[in-house]
Amino acid sequence: MTNTAIQVENISKSYIKGAIGTGTLSRDIEQKIASLFNSKKNLETQNNNNLVWSLKDISFELKQGEALGIIGKNGAGKSTLLKILSKVTTPTKGIIKGKGRIASLLEVGTGFHPELSGRENIFLNGAILGMKKHEIKRNFDEIVDFSGVENYIDTPVKRYSSGMYVRLAFAVAAHLESEILIVDEVLAVGDADFQKKCLGKMGSISKGEGRTVLFVSHNMQSIQSLCSKALLLNKGTMQGFGAVPEMINKYLQNNEIFIPLNERTDRKGDGKVKVISVHFMDAKTNQFTNNFYVGMDLIIEIELASIQFNLNHNLEISLGISDQFGTRITLISNKVSGQNLNPIANGNWSQKILINKLPLVMGKYFFTVFISSNGNVHDWIIDAFPLMIESDKFFGELVHTLPTGQGNIYTDFQYL
Amino acid sequence: MPKTTQNDWIIKSKNSWFNLDIESTLAYKDLFFLLIRRDFVAFYKQTILGPLWFFIQPLLTMFVFSFVFGKIGNISTNNLPKPLFYLPGIICWNYFAECILKNSTVFRDNANLFSKVYFPRIILPMSIVFSSMVRFFIQQFLFVIILVIYSLNGFKLNINTTILLFPYLLILMAALGQGIGLIISSLTTKYRDLALLVNFGVQLLMFSTTVAYPLSAAPKNLQFWIALNPMTTILETFRYSFLGQGQFSITALIYTSIVTVIVFFVGIILFNKVEKDFIDTI
Repeated sequence: MTNTAIQVENISKSYIKGAIGTGTLSRDIEQKIASLFNSKKNLETQNNNNLVWSLKDISFELKQGEALGIIGKNGAGKSTLLKILSKVTTPTKGIIKGKGRIASLLEVGTGFHPELSGRENIFLNGAILGMKKHEIKRNFDEIVDFSGVENYIDTPVKRYSSGMYVRLAFAVAAHLESEILIVDEVLAVGDADFQKKCLGKMGSISKGEGRTVLFVSHNMQSIQSLCSKALLLNKGTMQGFGAVPEMINKYLQNNEIFIPLNERTDRKGDGKVKVISVHFMDAKTNQFTNNFYVGMDLIIEIELASIQFNLNHNLEISLGISDQFGTRITLISNKVSGQNLNPIANGNWSQKILINKLPLVMGKYFFTVFISSNGNVHDWIIDAFPLMIESDKFFGELVHTLPTGQGNIYTDFQYL
Repeated sequence: MPKTTQNDWIIKSKNSWFNLDIESTLAYKDLFFLLIRRDFVAFYKQTILGPLWFFIQPLLTMFVFSFVFGKIGNISTNNLPKPLFYLPGIICWNYFAECILKNSTVFRDNANLFSKVYFPRIILPMSIVFSSMVRFFIQQFLFVIILVIYSLNGFKLNINTTILLFPYLLILMAALGQGIGLIISSLTTKYRDLALLVNFGVQLLMFSTTVAYPLSAAPKNLQFWIALNPMTTILETFRYSFLGQGQFSITALIYTSIVTVIVFFVGIILFNKVEKDFIDTI
């Protein structure tokens, strides 16, 4: 028999715009008086205009032991959904049915009191999260062991380093004895080792212990390794619910609403040599591709158009690569490698660039194109096109990858 | 494997106006006791003198009252030694005022907690009333010691059977403080301006209660109005049972009980109503 753990039906949540936290008694009385003179219908339409739907008609069903990854951009409604599921706030419409105790972890260390010792806080925090005292006692040693703060367990937590604090807090939450666990992006804190430990623990909770997990993250990698299903949200609506790789692809595609090059109005340069379009090829298969991975041999093919280009000048085509935060990672340029290009004076031509063993960690990158000769800029497009590197095969098909926080580039190393 | 207690649940939009889920509240009783413990431990951990503060504060207030109202104002203390007259009033009022003040900011003080974790919200204000009660008992103990010292020095004890009302008076005070505090806190989540009035209001209320003077010393035409304040009856009964002085009347006690029950339930209902969507408005 299949066991439904959570059934969400048409959940919607609305807020009234502008009326948040600004109420004063006199204003409310004013409004009440005003409403006496207005017809009721008038008031209703006014209210509808002021409504903001932060979630609209979300429905899905989870079986026991499934792990759901909730993905979407900021403001997509992920946190609101988790808050409703955690009973922190109520939905405006819809109903959720479930089976078993829910424990939610929207923040680590909620309710920690700085003056109390680690030991006292374990009990307090556990109770706030819904554990009974005897359950906490039973798991106490395990919690302390997992957190690795044995030596400081009777020290007030205000003396803890932030790392110790987070470790202790997650340890408490990880040992909740609930059938359903809701986790917001709490893994963004803590060092790489501990993040790995947390992910491992969450994996064992869902796979090993058969508990249901709902998990929000921006890290596609942890979603992929942890979850069996994914829910994609966009501006409060459901974009999809199903297999993880499919949803992640959909999410990444959604993200790539990029202005085509020929519609860009912020290009600089005299236009004697211009970029028309850019294609990507996998050098191994020699096929065009949209699927990029760390360690691939990537060919970037740039289609160009020349008008009255002076062939005596040395043409330079550079690609600056920046990460999603705008930090320049590296520069590809024929001036750096000392190669001369073979442009044509008039007409369309193309230039291919091969990148051996793409050494950038997974993530989103932006390419800035810069074309010049003898000090004259021909075409300069900042963040001309994006590139999403979604998986990691730098050292083959192994799952291993650089831990978060350990840098942005790979070194092609070998142990001898 | 997790325990297989298959408790089904449903999350819906808010519907009923009164929905005190007693069963799930009881499931959190461990949290209730831990919160009381936290308040108590955290209070004296931050101070140098520790639990001594529980004694210092009422004693200092007692000296100030003895000086200002007794010496300068020359207000009657029903022929009682000044410390014995003032101390019970101060202790009771402290407890009552603390219940109001701490309950009135319960949403604001715990906004972060409430926005991150679900537990039956009523646990938090309840725990405030009870952790303040711990302090009340300690101070009450101080009063008893002083009473014993006075009686050893010749003060004639006048304890009578109304002392059996002590637990009942305490419950009345707790419920009244909780009710008023919850009403204020429910209103202040929406109307911030009310919060500014609370401290001032509690102070004013103290002067309309018989903390610093006996009811019998008030002008005759005002006595009725002062007695309308439910705390007056509680204080007068309290003094009467321990010291044999003050006004004790069953009618007044019944009136106070009715007011308290009404205030308490209005507070709980308002709290329940606000608690559901206050996270969206704070």
